[in-house]
Amino acid sequence: MEIVHVYTKKRNEFGRQCNFSDRPAELHVDILPDPSLASNFIERDPCDIPIQCTQEMSEHEVNTERFESDTRGINHVEGGWPKDVNPQEMEQTIRFRKKVEKDEHYFSTIMQLGSNMEHCIKQNNAINIYQEYFEEEEVVEESEEQPSAKTINVFRDPNEIKRTATCLSWHPDGSCKLAVAYSSLGFQNISPDMSYDSYIWDIENPNKPEMTLKPVSLLVCLEYNPKDSHILVGGSYNGQIAYWDTRKGSQPVEMSTIEHSHRDPVYKVIWLQSKTGTDTFSASTDGQVLWWDIRKMSEPTERLVLDPNKKGNLDNALGAISLELDYHFVPTKFMVGTEQGLVVSCNRKAKTPAEKIVCTYSGHHGPIYALQRNPFFPKNFLTVADWTARIWSEDIKESSIMWTKYHMAYLSDGCWSPVRPSVFFTVKMDGTLDVWDFLFKQNDPTLSLKVCDEALYSLRVQDNGRFLACGSQLGTATLLEISPGLCTLQRNEKALATAMFERETKREKILEARHREMRLKERSRSEQSKDEDTKEGDGEESVEELATRTEAEFYEIVEAELKKRAKEQEKKVRRD
Amino acid sequence: MAEVEETLKRIQTHKGVIGTIVVNAEGIPIRTTLDNSTTVQYTGLLHQLTMKARSTVRDIDPQNDLAFLRIRSKKHEIMVAPDKEYLLIVIQNPSE
Repeated sequence: MEIVHVYTKKRNEFGRQCNFSDRPAELHVDILPDPSLASNFIERDPCDIPIQCTQEMSEHEVNTERFESDTRGINHVEGGWPKDVNPQEMEQTIRFRKKVEKDEHYFSTIMQLGSNMEHCIKQNNAINIYQEYFEEEEVVEESEEQPSAKTINVFRDPNEIKRTATCLSWHPDGSCKLAVAYSSLGFQNISPDMSYDSYIWDIENPNKPEMTLKPVSLLVCLEYNPKDSHILVGGSYNGQIAYWDTRKGSQPVEMSTIEHSHRDPVYKVIWLQSKTGTDTFSASTDGQVLWWDIRKMSEPTERLVLDPNKKGNLDNALGAISLELDYHFVPTKFMVGTEQGLVVSCNRKAKTPAEKIVCTYSGHHGPIYALQRNPFFPKNFLTVADWTARIWSEDIKESSIMWTKYHMAYLSDGCWSPVRPSVFFTVKMDGTLDVWDFLFKQNDPTLSLKVCDEALYSLRVQDNGRFLACGSQLGTATLLEISPGLCTLQRNEKALATAMFERETKREKILEARHREMRLKERSRSEQSKDEDTKEGDGEESVEELATRTEAEFYEIVEAELKKRAKEQEKKVRRD
Repeated sequence: MAEVEETLKRIQTHKGVIGTIVVNAEGIPIRTTLDNSTTVQYTGLLHQLTMKARSTVRDIDPQNDLAFLRIRSKKHEIMVAPDKEYLLIVIQNPSE
């Protein structure tokens, strides 16, 4: 049953819609100003209203509860003695002790404790229960950290006109100082305002150099004497060699005479291992390698002209850019890297000048900016030139045994790591530093770091292998620290590196032998063909013929290409 | 009586034993082979440590009791054999 209530209401009683109508404005109230009221007020002029548009901040103070600490000590005094016994008196204490010892309980206790104790003592004496049993099996945790390098300090050239930092040398003891040679290697790029100074920096203080060296002309290279850490020798842009003693001040102690020096900038100067510790030799692009004794700088002690024809002809000579000594084995053999891309191996003690040049290694397209023997494997050396870095073996003269790919930027310097035989560093003209570990990866650098925006010109690793400094075009020397993974000798590294070098050397030897065979065959074949038909006189084309032939070929190719393009254009037009 | 002497002497003459101390419940050294100041130091400290060790063992399991306490340090080993009334302390240099 539904309960329904019907509710009715007339439609016109619901609620009428609102009908709006316009009405003119009506004034309801009008209050006129009353000037008499103004006397109740005083005018305020000026009105200061501060406005602030800042972040709202609040200040809170917190202080920890003071912790009071105190120092206490304990003094052990004999105690526990019963009241009737005076601990100071020997007789009384002895008497007490004797009394205790007579106790029955004491007897049984001691017997029992004694046997326990003896068991443990014997146990101790039998074996060392706490010895390390599994010491050998402790696997050295190879930290899987990414190789990295971070910049520690940056030393900028304090002069306004920036010069390139062309050479860096670490202080021999402790390596807390870095000597940087500044010069400008661009052709005729030296402005009269350019300062000639080079600096010695303390690596902790990048704000101000520790010492200034004032040469007569810009220094291109600078080396600390490994035997005497106060002496530095520098080669300058005008070809002179000078040496400084840091105890004696900024001026060079002695300079070589202009007539007997080099005629081109001295690119590299190295100290020799001699008894007196005063011998150096220098190399320059004028084609000479000169030996000097710094005590007598008026004349070089010896001279070698790098003439590939071994005639001592200075006009033919190759310009030398880098030098390397064979420290460990033979102190008389050294190598020179030249502008022309050849590495020349020389022997100082050869009897005739012709024999001084032993052999050459070719393979680079440009000047060899760095040349260094591997500190662990002196038979292998690294050269850095043009767009590649190459590793050579002394025995293989035709080509390098390992090389990097051709980079986009020119490589300007490189060196081996003094602690790891398979790691070397290179710097490029685009400001990047590459760390190569050829046991880990051969195609690419293990670590590539952009040090600065301008080109990097020089690089030097410290003897502990941890720090390295690189110098840039604007005179900024950056000090970097390498991650420990890259500067600790890994297990088996020496063995693996030896194996790799041997393998590559063998490969190159085989290739060399093959090439020689092929060449012999060619020669014998061309000789045969010469005998057979003497009509064809041109066994070898002359240079001009070769040139015209290549020119003709070139134009042919260009024309063919143009024709092809024209055809394609036609096709396109036809399609549309 | 003589056996006690013999036992203690035998303990003392074992290889590596540096010293032996017998302490009573009040911390008075009854027998010692070390000098007085060292003895006093050892007894004072080890007595407290033994009490603490014993109470620890008994807290964990009231039925249990401390049987022996060995402290091996870098230089030597201190062994304490506890009893209700006495402590026997031996300092030994273990065979390395």
